[in-house]
Formats: sequence, C-alpha cells, structure tokens
Amino acid sequence: MSLTQALLEALESLSGNKLRSGLTVLGIVIGVAAVIAMLAVGRGAEASITGSISGIGTNLLFVFRGGQDRSIRNTRPITLGDAEALTDPFAAPSIVAVAPILQANREVSYGGNRMMVEVDGITPDYFDVRNYSLTEGEFITQEHLLGRASVALIGPGVADTLFDRRDGIVGETIRIEGQPFRILGALASKGGGAFGSEDNVILVPFTTAQARLIRRSTRDQVDLLLVQAVSGDAVPAASEEIAQVLRQRHRTPVGADDFTVFTQQDLLTTFQSITGILTIFLGGIAGISLLVGGIGIMNIMLVSVTERTREIGLRKALGARKRDILIQFLTESSLLSLIGGIIGILFGWLISFAVGRIAAASGTAFTPIVGADAIALATIFSAAVGLFFGIYPANRAASLEPVEALRYE
Amino acid sequence: MSMDNVIEARNLRKIYMMGEVEVAALRGVSFDIRRGEVVSIMGPSGSGKSTLMNTLGCLDRPTSGEYTLDGEAVAMLSDDQLAEIRNRKVGFVFQNFNLLSRQTAITNVELPLRYAGKTSGRRQQAMEALRAVGLEDRMTHRPTELSGGQQQRVAIARAIVNDPAIIMADEPTGNLDSKVGKEIMTLLLNLNRDSGTTLIIVTHDPAVAEQTQRVIRLRDGLLEAA
Repeated sequence: MSLTQALLEALESLSGNKLRSGLTVLGIVIGVAAVIAMLAVGRGAEASITGSISGIGTNLLFVFRGGQDRSIRNTRPITLGDAEALTDPFAAPSIVAVAPILQANREVSYGGNRMMVEVDGITPDYFDVRNYSLTEGEFITQEHLLGRASVALIGPGVADTLFDRRDGIVGETIRIEGQPFRILGALASKGGGAFGSEDNVILVPFTTAQARLIRRSTRDQVDLLLVQAVSGDAVPAASEEIAQVLRQRHRTPVGADDFTVFTQQDLLTTFQSITGILTIFLGGIAGISLLVGGIGIMNIMLVSVTERTREIGLRKALGARKRDILIQFLTESSLLSLIGGIIGILFGWLISFAVGRIAAASGTAFTPIVGADAIALATIFSAAVGLFFGIYPANRAASLEPVEALRYE
Repeated sequence: MSMDNVIEARNLRKIYMMGEVEVAALRGVSFDIRRGEVVSIMGPSGSGKSTLMNTLGCLDRPTSGEYTLDGEAVAMLSDDQLAEIRNRKVGFVFQNFNLLSRQTAITNVELPLRYAGKTSGRRQQAMEALRAVGLEDRMTHRPTELSGGQQQRVAIARAIVNDPAIIMADEPTGNLDSKVGKEIMTLLLNLNRDSGTTLIIVTHDPAVAEQTQRVIRLRDGLLEAA
C-alpha cells in the first residue's frame, strides 16, 4: 500500500469517530502548545535580559575596589590617578575611554516632592561610554567639571516624580541634600535594566559630587571605573591591561588583587546559563503533559483495535500481512499526534503572543520568542509520541490470529 | 500430484488446547478436489467443518498432515506467506458479508488488489468484477446503502477480483431470504461455469448442497462420505 493511500484511509477511519479523535488530539494539542509557549517564554526572558545587558554595551568593563577573595585586607581604593593611568595608550592600548564615577543615594526635592535617588558624579567621558542621549538640554562639559558647577542631568523617572512631566524642565532648580542644582538637561529613557531601572538617576559633575555631595575618606577616591574597550573582542585584553596597571600602582602581591574587574561578558554568561536552565525546566514540565497526551493516544488506539478486531480479521483473510496492519494503525496514531502537533504549535504561538501582550500591558517590555527550533522540536517530538505510543496497539492488531479475529463478536 | 487437483489434503489433523484438555477438531482427513469442481462441505456443528474450512482457506495451519493448494504445499508456511497465498489463491465469501462499512463498494472490491501490491489498473479490475456480479450501477454506494443480496454480490466481486484458484463460501446464503439466496447461488454457479474457478461452499442447508457436484460430509472430525 502506498503512503498516500494509507494516509487517506487513516483519515477516513479517524473521521469516522470525530468526537473521540478530537479529544485524543486535544491531549497532544495541550502538550505541544505548552512546550511551545514555555520555550517561547524562556527564550523571551533570555533575550530580554541579555538585551538589557547588551544595551549597556558589550565592550564595557567595571572596575571596583576589593578583591574576589575576602581574606585580602587593607585594600587600597581606586583613585582618579588609577583612572588617569588607564588612559595611557601605551600601557593600555585596548582601552578607549575611562569614566570614573562617585555613586551614592541622596535626597532630592523640588517643591513639596522629595525622593531618594541614585546620584552619580561623572565626567564627560561617561556619556560616550554609556551611550546616553538627551531629550533636551546639554551634557555636562569639562567647564562644569573645572568650575564645580551646581548643575544636574535628571533621568525620566526622577522627572516624573518631581515634576510630573518630562519636558520643559531645563533651567528649573532642584535641591540635592538641600543644595540647589540647576537642571542642565533631561536624559532619554533607557528602560528597565538588569540592575533595576536606569531611569531613576541624577548625574552631576564629578568634582561637584566630590566636593559637596559624596565625600569619601581618601582624596581622589572613586567608587567605580567604567572602562570602554576598543571592541567587544578586545574585552579580555583590556581586562588584562587593567589588572597589570592596577597591580603595579597598588603594589599588590601576585594573586592577591585588591580590586575586581568585571566584564559584561561575565554577566551575560551568568544570565544566559540561568535562563537556559529556566527554559529547560519549563520545557520539561510541558513535556510531561505531552507524554500524558501520548498515553491518551495509546489508550484510544487500544480501544480502536478491540473494536475493529473483525475488520482486522477480514483484512488478513484478504491477504493483509502483519506489516500492512501495523502500518495502518501506526499511520492512524501518528496522524492523530501530527494533527495535534500542528494545532498545538498554532495554539502555543497564540499563547506566547498573548503573554507578550499581557506583559506589554503591565509595563514590562518582554516578548516571548517562538523559535523555529522549538517548532521543529515540538513537531518531531509529537510525531515520535504518536509512533511510540502507537507501536503497542498496532503490534497487538497485527499479531491477531485471522481465525480468532474473524470469529470475534 | 495430479495437475487436475486444485486441492490435495492428506491426513489433516488439528488439535486445540482447551486449557489442559486436548480437543481434536480434525482427526485425519484426506480428500482431493478437482480444478473447476463445485463442492459443498456439510456436517453438524462441532464436526470440524469450520476448522476444515479455515485450513483449506489458509487462515490456519493443521497440527499435522499435508495440504497442497494449487500446487503449493501450504501446511507449514509462515504467517506472511499464508497471507500471500490467501491473497492470490483464495477468495472468501462470508455469511455476514464482512464489508468495510465506511468504504464504497468499489473500494471494498479493490482491497485484495491493494494488499497484492498492485498500483495501477486496480479500479478497472474492480469495476470488471462488479460488472460480473451485476452491480456496475452501485459502485460508489456504501454497504449501508445496499440490500443484503447486493452486499453479498459486492463480497463475491471482492472474492473474484484477484482471479483466485478457489472461492471459499461460508454459508453464503445464511443471512439472506430464500429468493435472494437462490439468486446468490445462481451467481456463484454461473461464475464457476464461466471462469472455471473451483467453488467450495460450507453449508448445512441441504437445498444448497443439492446444487453442488459433490458433498463432503464431516462427523466428529472424520470424513463420512466424500
């Protein structure tokens, strides 16, 4: 018997009992839809997280005080001198820019509104390194730095809280820790990031912060260095150059660094492995429902074999071999699960789409991704489920004795 | 073996195990059937009639003995080999027609050709078989849309479509009223006369047996008269 014929006959036989076939297919539909939706949600989470990390720039490195080994005492702080040394093109050729930052939470107020917000003391290099853009106003310049100017750039989150609006705020005066600062510009929104919202931030000139807002025990002390490498590929080289320069300047013994260099790549790898595990976990749970659907197919096929014992006997009397009967029943079970698989893929895609919409409606930018590989996986897996759970009933049908089967009432 | 004989049965025995007890359904049966002959097999229930029919129709194997069908020794063949012999050499007609209820008449008739592995000309051959039984105008009807007599005609068309060596008819008129039963018997006998296909009818209706050339009578697993 040819394949098309087997398929046609199987279709005919399945449509003979529509309700039963439909319910059996439903089991597979739910299983496949769950697999597709779960994988899509996992993928979406991964893409969203890695996207927000990449948004900061994959060629960024963070340098901060303290070694990875807690036993190292008497750590020396990172200083402006360290930052200066890292810009030396001969000692550190892989580094493009270094942005020293002082970072602290301070109280900000305007009129009756007040809030605690992260205040960063920065240099003009910061804007290049972080890819910030403004909706209005201008960036902090070298002149502001030299004059320790009382100017500030505010993020859209802060603007929302203090002014209830995002534009027309340049020139207004806010108070940080009671001191007046003129607003120089408004930052464009960067959205939620892996480290919380990056929109709730106020940027002031480094020297201003140093002198008036964020005092540190050591002169020239810096909380964090943002280092930009030439390219994403140059990050490991840049990391090595930073370590060498700082070891020399801090005179630390080998293997006892009192600073940590952290790259975007490290972060990305960590999050990717977390979301990877999450995806496998969700997919595994969904896979169980597919398995249950498969058992449903086996159940129905067994009933069908019993019901059609006489038909099987007749077919054998007319010359059907074991294989012919086997193929007939396997085609039916595979067709059930294949139809279920196709509907399930559409349904799962729909669920993913709905999840994306719900997430968007609740303010989280999160898009589940239905990958071609997930679709291929679900199709292959559902067909395999149909085949696997069809084998036992089909085998039972094929090995019926023709005499007994014909006599069956 | 003589070329004239389509069936040669030698000392056929069939023993069933009913739990612990051995039950002998056939206890050494030997006979020949000539090519083109019309034979009926008779006997009370429990005489081994059905067992003999199953053996002659290659649906079952004898426990011992030799059986040659159309020149092929079939007593000890494998299941699949038996299936092939059934397909090529035996046409079955059953008491309750045994048609696939969801398929049309012509698709039912085509079934043996499909299992024979024929890919072309099947429809044509099935149409000829249906014409031979006088149902050329009912080809696309389903069994539920046909009368009992018509259903049996479809079954007969299915039996002859592959041009078999023998037609095994098991109570072919058992589910039909006498008028239609007569028509079916006439059809079977005409087919035998026209194409020379050997016809074996299992029956306990003496009126049917009367129309055959020879009656094989069974009692308690043994031949009573051949």
